[in-house]
Amino acid sequence: MYNFLTGPLAWFSFLVFFSGILIRSLLYIRGLDSTLDRVTYRVNTSFGIKEAARSIFYWLFPFATRGWRTQPLMTALFFIFHVSLVISTLFLKAHNMILQERWGFSIITIPDVVSDCLTVAVLAAALVLIIRRIALAQVRILSKPSDYLLLVISIAPFLTGFLAFHQFGNYPFTMLAHILSGELLLVVIPFTKLSHCFLFFFSRAQLGMDYGIKRGGMKRRKAIAW
Amino acid sequence: MSQNILCTPSPVNDKEALDALLKDRRGKQYYDEMTRLEVDTAALRKLLNDTCRSRIRTWLEICVRCGMCADACAFYLSNEKDPKQVPSYKIQSTLGEIVRRKGNVDNALMRYAMDVAWGKCTCCNRCGLYCPFGIDMGVMMSYLRGLLFSQGFVPWEMKIGSGMHRIYRAQMDVTDEDWIETCEWMEEEWEDDWPGLKIPVDKENADIMYTVNAREPKHYPEDIAEAAVLFNIAGENWTVPGKGWEETSLTMFAGDWEGAKLQVQSVYDALDRLKPKRMVVTECGHAYRATVLEGPYWTGQKSGKTPVETLHYVEWVAEALRTGKLKIDPAKKIKEPVTLHDSCNYVRNGGLSQCGREIMSYIAEDFREMTPNGDHNFCCGGGGGLNGIGKYRKERNDGQKVKRDQILATGAKLVVTPCHNCWDAIRDLEETYKIGIRQSFLKPLLLDMVVVPEHLKPEKE
Repeated sequence: MYNFLTGPLAWFSFLVFFSGILIRSLLYIRGLDSTLDRVTYRVNTSFGIKEAARSIFYWLFPFATRGWRTQPLMTALFFIFHVSLVISTLFLKAHNMILQERWGFSIITIPDVVSDCLTVAVLAAALVLIIRRIALAQVRILSKPSDYLLLVISIAPFLTGFLAFHQFGNYPFTMLAHILSGELLLVVIPFTKLSHCFLFFFSRAQLGMDYGIKRGGMKRRKAIAW
Repeated sequence: MSQNILCTPSPVNDKEALDALLKDRRGKQYYDEMTRLEVDTAALRKLLNDTCRSRIRTWLEICVRCGMCADACAFYLSNEKDPKQVPSYKIQSTLGEIVRRKGNVDNALMRYAMDVAWGKCTCCNRCGLYCPFGIDMGVMMSYLRGLLFSQGFVPWEMKIGSGMHRIYRAQMDVTDEDWIETCEWMEEEWEDDWPGLKIPVDKENADIMYTVNAREPKHYPEDIAEAAVLFNIAGENWTVPGKGWEETSLTMFAGDWEGAKLQVQSVYDALDRLKPKRMVVTECGHAYRATVLEGPYWTGQKSGKTPVETLHYVEWVAEALRTGKLKIDPAKKIKEPVTLHDSCNYVRNGGLSQCGREIMSYIAEDFREMTPNGDHNFCCGGGGGLNGIGKYRKERNDGQKVKRDQILATGAKLVVTPCHNCWDAIRDLEETYKIGIRQSFLKPLLLDMVVVPEHLKPEKE
């Protein structure tokens, strides 16, 4: 079982994940249409690229945009969730050991205790996100069962990974559950709203180009405050 | 088959059909027929396949439903934070449904979508600035309007407005003859006070071709005279086209993309005919949006720009003040507290926020900014055609509370509104909420304080 999950199924998940990202990114770009979107992507492109870069850049930092500043608690929550999620996954010692074993390379790692803290942060933030989704009327009305399900799918690898690492419960089981839930997440990302993990950049860039090229980018004396 | 006479998917292309609609008081029969209007799901599906591309489909899909757009929306805030006013909800429950069901939707959903697309959104695009993914629900709402128009689910006034443009190339029944007569009438009327005042029609190779909003010849002809006087004082070599003089676009508000193209093309044809160096658009927000920002795309201009450089009136005024073409008598500057309302169409969506500030620095002693302002301003509540739709009058009035509170917080009683729709909306806001404010275009204010050269002053008797 373990061999299957870490062998063919792992390959399959990574294949779906990476090819999904690639195909969807290409389809996004191919689907842009100067006439229908009413943005001349190919004329005055430099104005567009500049604003696209600004549009992405500012939104990557907490409190750097007006939107982030107007909702500080939400902003803190979002950044804790996303930053912890990415760092604890990529720089985990155990993950990098696997990389080293299988492909002979690894990237920088963080101490296990930091990984632990970040994992707990992901889980705690997810819990608050769920509570927020239920408690706030303006978020509740937007929420469908799939929104909860996808959040659960997203945090399952963190919960199981934490349990497995600390050998809480039945270790072989939690380890298998960790691998399987991680693979499920990889497969689900390209086909659901979780694709925002890469389409975020395209969508932000597009709006940036829209503002940079058409919506006043060439006339605005002070660049737009995102 | 439906037996509808007034409410059909066909646009209005002749006077007979237009008159029939106009006779239907407040669209009573029209809206009644709409309840029986069938959705051509095959046509809707085809339209989606042809026009709904990756940008909009991605926006609809990646929205994580976080609700951060809620507080960006003037309607959400004005309606006691009604969750049904959250931008994401408004678009997901309408366009989102239509796209997910591939156009296979019923009459009830289409009428609900109409109520949302015109009654709960002015396409001010503020939400797009507050979404972490840059999802612009105003753009999508505007696209939704196009889908609804193609199926005949469009407010009565919008259907009429689109018909007016298709027939008269103006948002109202103002013919080219009416327009030229109005210019001549204004010349005569104002000649005594402004000797030699001319409104040159169809002059070729002028420095400026000036274009207006049909409401001006129809209801506010003095606006044209004021513009003429100011151009005269500034010494501009200017003209107005006898044909292609109308910049507005109720077709854009209606989602009538074909009609919008016809309208804008008439202005571009005038540019081609008269070959002016530049074009100046009157104090109107959506006219600028339609003819200068969107129009190039509707008419297939590869540059994405108008055939000649175009300025909004605020740009021309700022330039005239900066270069000294217009000089302000310091003693006549506005003394009382005064605030400025930013039109979403040419400020957030056109990048002209600094022009208004520059003008105020010349004409006002006590200028007070609203909070927020500029690119992040709130809509007046009347944009996107909402001002003109009787069915949604209550929605419009309720949606203005944010603007009301913004104005009150400045302490100013005078609101400068260089935009026709905003001007109307602020006037109506005062009528509804009675907060003791008044609104003004720039032209009458400038006329009161500008230094008039000797040769333009009336001879003393």
